[in-house]
Amino acid sequence: MPHIDLPEGLPGISAGFTYRPETAKPMRQLAHILLHEPGSLTPGERELIATFVSSRNNCHFCQASHGAAATSHLGDDAVVKQIKTDFTQAPISDKLKALLVIAGKVQQDGKLVTAADVEAARNQGATDLEIHDTVLIAAAFCMYNRYVDGLGTWQPTDPEMYAQMGRHLASEGYNAPSIKQPMEHTAGQPVA
Amino acid sequence: MPHIALPPDLPGIRGAMAFRPETARPLNALVEILLTGPSTLSRGERELIATYVSSRNCTHYCHSIHGAIAAAHLGGDEALVKQVKTDFTQAAISPKLKALLSIAAKVQQDGKLVTAADVQAARSHGATDLEIHDTVLIAAAFCMYNRYVDGLGTDQPDDEALYRERGRRVARDGYVTVSEEYLGSHAHAAHA
Repeated sequence: MPHIDLPEGLPGISAGFTYRPETAKPMRQLAHILLHEPGSLTPGERELIATFVSSRNNCHFCQASHGAAATSHLGDDAVVKQIKTDFTQAPISDKLKALLVIAGKVQQDGKLVTAADVEAARNQGATDLEIHDTVLIAAAFCMYNRYVDGLGTWQPTDPEMYAQMGRHLASEGYNAPSIKQPMEHTAGQPVA
Repeated sequence: MPHIALPPDLPGIRGAMAFRPETARPLNALVEILLTGPSTLSRGERELIATYVSSRNCTHYCHSIHGAIAAAHLGGDEALVKQVKTDFTQAAISPKLKALLSIAAKVQQDGKLVTAADVQAARSHGATDLEIHDTVLIAAAFCMYNRYVDGLGTDQPDDEALYRERGRRVARDGYVTVSEEYLGSHAHAAHA
């Protein structure tokens, strides 16, 4: 049960966004720029960073929805699963691995990022803008995850719901809602 | 020294925002709504929540500047700001704000730590759902801003006078207006 009177039938962050459209707007814009707009990191790579951080924060809704978006971009979910368990063994570029090391530190505390971490990413070809965006994606998901969990939002378990959401996010991005109609709670049981 | 080539002479989040104006705009829009927009919590109270969370995250730039903005809103009462950072339970603030700070403290660690009892305690002191929502989101958002500032290794000066002076300006003019001074001149820095 959500801690406050959120709209019924909207999972995860959709409920917070519908409850408070004024704050939803910049939060959507930020996600859209960081994850969806053209960049030298592919949208799939950026969704993997978001998924990894959300997984580290143990936020079910965010890791499932962004994992599904990453799956939609990348064509299969094997990489997504491997990223969550041990990204060092995942079939991703050495550059993305070095960026995930930085994201993992930001998830704990930004002060843990060292010059050596940044140098390692640069050695694999990472640009300053890619390093910046990695830090900000990781930081932003420390916000989204806490927002979703801190309000006690409904976080369904049904994988098909996340798969549909992931396809929508991958094609349309974040400026418009991916879920427009309230859902039946029977579509998935609350996680907690 | 910052981890990436941020514009010089812009400490803390300002250098990061000038580096990437596209993400700076929603970041400033969000903080503007949360901390200066219409609310039944005073601006001083909301700045105290931001200051407290930043202090818990040990982000010197953020807890110094938001502490200075809070003091500017609270008649220059720097002692009160300091007391909130060290032990808010003993501070001369309302029981409602104390209950909201307890929620913010949990969100700072992990949103899942917030309990129905925490929310009930805030309600019993008169907190509304919107105030609880905004408390959760302010705490979550500062877990982002703090990590962004620390994760890029931004310059975080020690000089209290610098924060005091800028705190008065931000308290008077707001975040979006003050940000135009550095977003204008470096608008294409990330793509240069």
